[in-house]
Amino acid sequence: MYKKLLVFATIFILAGIFLKLYQNFDGSKTLNKTASYYAKNGASEVGSTNIVTAIVVTYRGFDTLGEVTILFVAAAIIGFFLKTNAKGTNRIRNLRFSSEIMITASKILMPIMFLIGAYVFVNGHLSPGGGFQGGAIIASGVAFFLLANPTLSVNHKVLSVLESTSGLIFVLLGIAGLIYGGGFLDNRVLPLGKFGTLFSAGIIPLVYSFIGLKVGAELSNIISSLQQIQKEE
Amino acid sequence: MEYIGLITGFILVILGIWGFLTQKNILKMIIGFTISDTGINVIIVSISYLKNRTAPILNRPDLLTDTVNKITDPVPQALVLTAIVIGVGVTALMLSYALRLYQEKNTLDINNFKDLKW
Repeated sequence: MYKKLLVFATIFILAGIFLKLYQNFDGSKTLNKTASYYAKNGASEVGSTNIVTAIVVTYRGFDTLGEVTILFVAAAIIGFFLKTNAKGTNRIRNLRFSSEIMITASKILMPIMFLIGAYVFVNGHLSPGGGFQGGAIIASGVAFFLLANPTLSVNHKVLSVLESTSGLIFVLLGIAGLIYGGGFLDNRVLPLGKFGTLFSAGIIPLVYSFIGLKVGAELSNIISSLQQIQKEE
Repeated sequence: MEYIGLITGFILVILGIWGFLTQKNILKMIIGFTISDTGINVIIVSISYLKNRTAPILNRPDLLTDTVNKITDPVPQALVLTAIVIGVGVTALMLSYALRLYQEKNTLDINNFKDLKW
C-alpha cells in the first residue's frame, strides 16, 4: 500500500512538472547559432543533401565513432555473457517447426530486405536514411530468417570478421581525412562531386556503407546470440 | 494541437515510468524502460520543431537559397539518431540479463530476486 502511494506520488509530481513545462513552452522562432552555421554551410562545405547526415558523419563524426564503439561493446558483452557453457548442452529444446508460409516468405523476402538495407545506407547522404537505419533493416532480415529456421544458426566468425574489417576501414578513412583533408573524418578526401547525385559528398557514402555493414553485423550477432542460448535447456 | 508531439512524448515517458515502477515481471519492466526511452526521443525531436518549416533535406532547388529560414533544427535530430542506437544496445543488454536471471531461478518475478536487498 505504502509502495503504491509512493509510485503514485512520483508519477503525479512528474506529471505536474511536465504540465508546467508544456504550459510555459514557447517554441523558438529561428535556428540557433550552431544550427544556422550547419544550414548555411552544410551544402557547400560537405556537399550532402541531407544536413543531418552531414552533421552525423562529418561535423560530429567523432561522436559517431564513439556511438559505433558503444554498440560494439554492448554486442561483445552480450556475446560474452550468453556464451553457451560446454557441459549440459545436450539438453536441446525441441523447437516447434515454423509454418510453410513463414519459410516460403523468408526465402522471398530476405534478399529484398538486404537490398533495401543496402539501398538505405548507400543513399544516406541523399535521403532520410543512413548507416544505422540500413544496418537495422539488414539485421531485421537476419531475425526474420532465424524465426523461419529456428534450428539453423548464423556463422559468428563471418559476422565478426565483417564487423571488425568495417570498423577498421571506418577509422582508416578518418585517418585519411587527417592526411589528405582538413581533419579527422573530413569528407573532402574524394572530390565533392555534383550536389545531389549518388557519387557526391566526398567519402560520406563510403563511411556510411561501412557503418551500415558494421551495425548490421553487430545487431545480427546480438540476435543470433539470443537465439543460440534458447537452444540449450 | 500545436505541440502534439511534445504531449505524446510526455505521456509516453509517464507511461514508461509507471510501467517499470509497478510491474513485477522483468520483461514488462524492460518494455517500460524502452517506452520512456522512446518518449524522451519524441520530446527532443518535437522541441527542435519550428513552425512552417521543412525537414533538413535539401532535395529541392528552392531550399538551397535562404536555407536558414526554411529548415528545422538538424542538431537534435542527429542527437536522437545517436540516442536510438544506444537505446537498442541497452535494451539488448537488459534482455540478455533477463535471460540469464531466468535460467538462474526459473522465474521472472522481481519479488523472487532478493540477493541485493537489505
